[in-house]
Amino acid sequence: MNRRMVFYTIGRILNLEAGLLLIPLAVAVCYGEWTGVKAFAISALAALAAGLALCLLLKPKTKVIYAKEGFATATLVWIAVSLFGSLPFMISGEISNFFDAFFETVSGFTTTGASILKDVEAMSRGMLFWRSFTHWIGGMGVLVLMMAIVPTDSGRSIHIMRAEMAGPVVGKLVPKIKETARILYLIYFVLTVVEFVFLLFGGMPVYDSAVYSLGTAGTGGYGIKADSVSSYSPYLQWVIAVFMIIFAINFNLFYFVLLGRFKTALKNAELWCYLGITAAATGIVAFSIYPLYNNFGDSVRHSLFQVSSIMSTTGYSTADFNLWPSLAKGVLFILLFVGGCAGSTAGGLKISRVLIIFKMIQRDIRKMLHPHAVASVRIDGKPVDNSTLHRVSTYFTLYSLLIAATFLLISFEPFDFETNLTAAVTCVNNVGPGFGAVGPMGGYGDYSDFSTFVLSLAMLLGRLEIYPMLLSLDPKIWLKK
Amino acid sequence: MNVIVVGCGKIGMTIVSSLVEEGHNVVAIDKDLQTLEEITNIYDAMGVCGNCTDCSILTEAGVENAQLVIAVTASDELNMLCCYIAKKMGAKHTIARIRKPEYNMESLGFLKQQLDLSMSINPEQLAAREMFNILKLPSAVKIETFSEGNLEIIEIIVKEGSPIAGTTLFSLRNKFKAKFLVCMVQRGDKVFIPDGNFVIEAGDKVGLTASPSQIQKLLRSVGIDKKKAKNIMILGGSRLAFYLTNMLTASGNSVKIIEQDKEKCSTLSQVLPKAVIINGNGAQQELLLEEGLDTLDAFVSLTGMDEENILIAMFAAAHNVPTVIPKINSEELNGMALKLGLERIITPRKIVADIIVQYARALENSLGSNVETMYKLSDGGSEVLEFNVRSDFRQINIPLKDLKLRKNILIAGIIRDRKPIIPDGDDMIMKKDKVIVVAASQRLNDLSDIILSPSKS
Repeated sequence: MNRRMVFYTIGRILNLEAGLLLIPLAVAVCYGEWTGVKAFAISALAALAAGLALCLLLKPKTKVIYAKEGFATATLVWIAVSLFGSLPFMISGEISNFFDAFFETVSGFTTTGASILKDVEAMSRGMLFWRSFTHWIGGMGVLVLMMAIVPTDSGRSIHIMRAEMAGPVVGKLVPKIKETARILYLIYFVLTVVEFVFLLFGGMPVYDSAVYSLGTAGTGGYGIKADSVSSYSPYLQWVIAVFMIIFAINFNLFYFVLLGRFKTALKNAELWCYLGITAAATGIVAFSIYPLYNNFGDSVRHSLFQVSSIMSTTGYSTADFNLWPSLAKGVLFILLFVGGCAGSTAGGLKISRVLIIFKMIQRDIRKMLHPHAVASVRIDGKPVDNSTLHRVSTYFTLYSLLIAATFLLISFEPFDFETNLTAAVTCVNNVGPGFGAVGPMGGYGDYSDFSTFVLSLAMLLGRLEIYPMLLSLDPKIWLKK
Repeated sequence: MNVIVVGCGKIGMTIVSSLVEEGHNVVAIDKDLQTLEEITNIYDAMGVCGNCTDCSILTEAGVENAQLVIAVTASDELNMLCCYIAKKMGAKHTIARIRKPEYNMESLGFLKQQLDLSMSINPEQLAAREMFNILKLPSAVKIETFSEGNLEIIEIIVKEGSPIAGTTLFSLRNKFKAKFLVCMVQRGDKVFIPDGNFVIEAGDKVGLTASPSQIQKLLRSVGIDKKKAKNIMILGGSRLAFYLTNMLTASGNSVKIIEQDKEKCSTLSQVLPKAVIINGNGAQQELLLEEGLDTLDAFVSLTGMDEENILIAMFAAAHNVPTVIPKINSEELNGMALKLGLERIITPRKIVADIIVQYARALENSLGSNVETMYKLSDGGSEVLEFNVRSDFRQINIPLKDLKLRKNILIAGIIRDRKPIIPDGDDMIMKKDKVIVVAASQRLNDLSDIILSPSKS
C-alpha cells in the first residue's frame, strides 16, 4: 500500500477545495454577507493549510498506485472533502451542530439533496450557493476534477477514476485519462451554462438560476425555497425537468454526438431503456393524479417533473407528492431504486445494472428450461463478459444489504415505517426526498445525531458504489505487509 | 500524436509503454479482453477489444485520425492485412511486423510497396544484427552505427585496474592518441553526461563515439581488445538463430547450432548449408562440452526460455568462453542477469520499441523526418540521436564552445561529407552536416532543442 501517495492526493484535493471555496466567498462578498465571507475565508485557509501540510510532509517516494490505493484514495478524499466542506456552515453558525453540518455537506457532495434545515429561506445566500455548488463538484467527482485541471503523473490514475465514477464498467473516451476528464467536465460545464441561460430567459433571477442549474447539473436537489420548485412558472419547471433528464444520461453519448457519431449514440440500449421507463412512469403517474388536478397539462407536467426528478436522483419537486394517490407514490417509490444511466451525474442502482439484471434473469430462466443451452447476455449487441455479470449481481446484493442495514440502524427513531424506510432508500440512492416526514416538504432535521451520521455514511457508500469504502474498512490494506 | 497499436503481446506491450511515455495518445487493439484490461490498468492508454481487421473495430479505435498504426500480432499475414485496411481507412502511416524469412527475402520490397507500408519491422533480424555487431567487436557491450557505419558509438565496461579508471577525461585524450569522445557514463542507476573534469571509475559503463578504425586503436591501447569472434555456438534454432547464422557464415565465421527439435534441425540444415547443426538438448552440459564449449570464441543462447538462456550462458562463461550473449525478453530478468555478471544481453522487444519511438519522433516533426537514427544507451537512461542540419537551424558556423547548450546534452559527433568529426570546442556545425547528440533525462525532437532557449534561461 502506497500510503504516502494516498495522503498526497488527499492533500492536493484539499488545496483544490480551498480554491473552490473562493467561489462562494465571492458570492458572499457580492451580497455583503460578511460573516459568510469570514467563514469561507477561514475554511479555505484551513483546507489550504491541511492540504499543504499533507503534500509537503508526505511527499511520496513512488507514484505507482494500484487498485487498492485507488479505492482508499477515493474513500478518504470524499470524507476529507466533506469534513472541510462543512466548516463554513459551522464557523458561520448557520448550522452549528457538527453532525448536521456534516450531513448537509455529504448530502451536497453526494448529490443527494437531503437537508436537515427547517427553514431554508433563513440561510444566507453565500451558504446556499455553497450548498448547491457542492452538488456540482460532487456530481462529476472531485477526483475527476483534479485529473482534469491539475497535472497528474501516474498512468494508473484510472484506478482512482474507476473508484469514483459510477456504473458497472468505467472506460475512457480518449486514450489519455486527463483528456477524458477534461472532455467530461467540458460537457458538464457547457450543459450547466445552457440550463442557466434557459432559466434566465424564463425570468428567473440570476442567483436563483445559478443555484438551480448547479443543483440540476449535479442531480443534487438543493434549492433555496421551502417549497422547492413549486412557486416557479410552468416554463421554468419544464426547463428543469428536461435538464434533469439530460443530466442523467450517460455523458459518453454527448461526446459521441459532439463527434458526429449519432448512430453510435442512438444505438445505446441504456438510453432507450431510460427514456422508456421515464415515459411509462410519467404516463402512469399522470393517470393516477389526473383527478387531483383535473387538467391534462398540469398533471403531465407534475408527473414528468416528479418522475424525472426521482429517476435522475435530483429530488426537486413541484408538488407535495406525499399527498398523491397510492399508485403514483408506488411508482415513485420503485423509481427511487432505479436511478439514472451509468456515466452520468445521477445516483441509484443505474439503468445499465437494472438492464443487465433483467437480462440475466431471462437467461437463467431459459437455462432452467433448456439445461444445455449456451446463452450469453448481450447489451448494445455486444456480449457482456461473465465477470461483469458477476460483479453486477454481487453489487445488487450488497446494495440491498446496505439499504436494509441503514433502515435497521435508524428505525429506533420515533417516525413511522414509511419515513424511516424511504429515508434509508433515498439516502443510499442519493435522491433526497422520500415519503412521510422526509417527504418533499419535510426534512431530516428531527433525526438524532446518530441517525444523521448513519445516513451520511449511507450517502457516501451509495455515491462511491459501496466497494471503495467497504475495502477501505479492511485493516489489511492499510498495513505495510 | 494518435497511434494505434494492434496486438498486445510482449512486443506490443513494450511499444505501448514507450509510446505512452513519449506522450502519445495510444489506443491498443487486441482480441483478448484480459490483456487489454491489464494494459489499460498500467498505462494511460485506451483499449479496444476485437478483430483488428474488422472495420468497425478500427473505426472505434479512431483509425481515420491516426497518424500511425503499428501491427504486431503474432501473424505476419494479419499484420499486413490490418495495415492495408487501416491505410485505406485513413491512417497516415503504417508499420507491420513481418518476420517470416520467406517474406523478408525477395518479396519484402514488393509487399511494402503494394501494401503502402511505411516500414516493416522484423524483431528477430534486428536482434540478429545487433548480436552480429557485438560479435564483430566483442570488447564492447553495445555497438550502434551512424551514417552507414562512418561513426560508431560503443558502450564498454571499465574493469578494475583498467588504465582508463581514475583519470579525468582531459588527460585521457592526451594519454591515448586516438580521436574519441566519452559521451555518457553510467554508474549504478545514475547516468552522467560528462565534461572534461569528469573522472571515470572502475565499474562504470562508458559510452564513446569514434570512427571504427579509431575504436580498434583505442581498445587496443586500453588493453581490452578481445579478438573478433570466429568460432561461435548458438543454442536454439529459432528464427533469430537463422538470421544470425546467415550473417555470421556470410562473413566467414564457423557456426554451430544446437537444437532439440529434429524437424527444425533438418529444416535448418537445408537453409543453412554452411553451419553445423547439432540435434540435442542444450541444457545437457555434457553435450555442450562434447561440442567444444571450451574452444569457443562466443556462445549465444537463443532458446524461448529466458531462464534457460541465462543459466546456460552463465555455464558457458564459467567455462571461459570469452563472449556470452543470452537473449532475455523479460525486463525483470534482464536486471537480474546484469547483476549476475552477464554484460551483454539482447532484448529483441526493446530494440523494436526503440525503433518505433524513433519513427514516431520523426513523424511528430511537422517538417518531416529530422531524427535520422535514435538509440537508447545506458539501459534507457540516455539517448543518442542523429539529426540533419536543416536550413532553419540558426546556430551554424559558431564554435561549439560558444553555443549555449541545455544541461545534460553533448554533441558527440559531426558527419560532414560522410567523414566523421569528433568535435572539440573549436569545431562548428555547418550546413548539410549530420550531428550526433547524446542527451540524458529529456527528449529531443529537433536539433534546435539542444540550444538553451533565451526565454527559459
